[in-house]
Amino acid sequence: MDLVTPGFGLIFWTSVVFIILMLLLKKMAWTPILNNVDARNKSIEEALVAAENARDEMSNLKADNERILKEARAERDEMLKEARDIKANIVSDAKNSAKEEADKIIASAKAVIENEKTAAISELKNSVGALSVEIAEKVLKAELKDSDKQNAYIAEMLKDVKLN
Amino acid sequence: MKKLLREVIFSIVVLLSCVNAKAAEKEHNNNNNNEEEFNSVEMIMHHISDAHDFHFFDYTDEAGVKHAVSLPLPIILFTDNGLTCFMSCAFHHNDDGTYVVSKNGENFVKYHEKIYQLNEGASSLEFDEHHHPLNAVKPIDISITKNVFSMLLSVVLLLSLFGAAGRSARKNPGAPKGILAFLEPIVVFIREDIIIPNVGEKKHKKYIPYLVTVFFFIFFNNLLGLIPSGANLTGNIAVTLVLSVFTLLITNFSANKDYWKHIFLPPVPKALYPIMVPIEIIGILTKPFALMIRLFANITAGHIIILSLISLIFVFKSIFIAPVSVGFVLFMYTLELLVALLQAYIFTLLSALFIGQAIQEHH
Repeated sequence: MDLVTPGFGLIFWTSVVFIILMLLLKKMAWTPILNNVDARNKSIEEALVAAENARDEMSNLKADNERILKEARAERDEMLKEARDIKANIVSDAKNSAKEEADKIIASAKAVIENEKTAAISELKNSVGALSVEIAEKVLKAELKDSDKQNAYIAEMLKDVKLN
Repeated sequence: MKKLLREVIFSIVVLLSCVNAKAAEKEHNNNNNNEEEFNSVEMIMHHISDAHDFHFFDYTDEAGVKHAVSLPLPIILFTDNGLTCFMSCAFHHNDDGTYVVSKNGENFVKYHEKIYQLNEGASSLEFDEHHHPLNAVKPIDISITKNVFSMLLSVVLLLSLFGAAGRSARKNPGAPKGILAFLEPIVVFIREDIIIPNVGEKKHKKYIPYLVTVFFFIFFNNLLGLIPSGANLTGNIAVTLVLSVFTLLITNFSANKDYWKHIFLPPVPKALYPIMVPIEIIGILTKPFALMIRLFANITAGHIIILSLISLIFVFKSIFIAPVSVGFVLFMYTLELLVALLQAYIFTLLSALFIGQAIQEHH
């Protein structure tokens, strides 16, 4: 039957055309298309690996950051403590030196006052002495206008003087 | 480049059709009898077999003369005197061996789409009771027939589509764009889901060009065959024969030791060797033979069913049968679209499977 008898012409052409088509398509289509797909697959895989690495690195970095933060916090605390100590020292030093100074000032003031006082007292004593001598002079002058009275007085005086 | 290609194709088409520009030739043996008996078998066989010109349709003019509209195709013959070429329109649509074409002193007639070279002195073809020609010989015929023309058309289609896709892939690596975005998943599907699982990851690269090409070749030609007045290429036994012979050759040439050992020293008691070895040897051939028959029968059967359903209208000579026919034809057509893809898939899958069996490493 004709239907199931392969014709030579078609066998010939199919073989020739198919082989040429296969070679052409291999060069023109299959190789570039599949290379493209492979390259894309590779780049996706690489990107995934890179993302994984980045995530790991990120977590490492985070841990690092935390550690650094902790250290920094500790350092800060230490520094604050130190500063507080220094402040206390400075304050107490200042207090001490101020007190010393004040004591010194007070002491010198007291000495000056004492000196002044003694000077004033001695001056007062002197002026009191002079005044009393003057008064005594004036009183004596008045009292001793006549010679009786002078004698009486001398006697009086002599009475008071005890010869010891 | 593209433009040049288009112009070349255009000029070829023009050249072909200018020989028979209107392609309207009077049927010489037209007997003005429009009421001739409709022979559905003849019509169907005419449609599913190869032809020497691309026949589109017939029409009858006002004078009652039948004209055929067809694209003439070149006839290439090897006779005892060498190569002879002429266009098929030289036969003036005569197909019963009565119209003689003389070329280089040789006389040719066409009978049922076969070219015969008449012996000296003969003026028309005569047959004996076994249907062997009495006064003619058959020259080697490598004409560009309707099927070959359709195949070349599919090649042009495939090359332009996949050429564009390949260029696009080469030009911009990365995400596919345009036509490549549509074709790439199919190519990848064939590789990832047909070739690699059956042939194996390690050696599959070598078989990609054949298997992917065979898939698209069959698929495109199945679809071209479904276009009304298209050629029934993949439903032609010669084409499926060639494709399955390729699978046979590739399978056996890439087969390893285990494959041959399994054929000539099968793991059965020695007493069974006289039966088993011939069976295994026949098995080498039956696998591709089944491939050949499967594709041929599926495509041809689909065409026959559709044509039979259409014939019903003319057999019953009733317009009322038309809706039924059309309904069934529509259904069959949809089914055939599926079959077109399915058969391409099956042919590729089984070819991959046979190759895989021949090269697999034994445990």
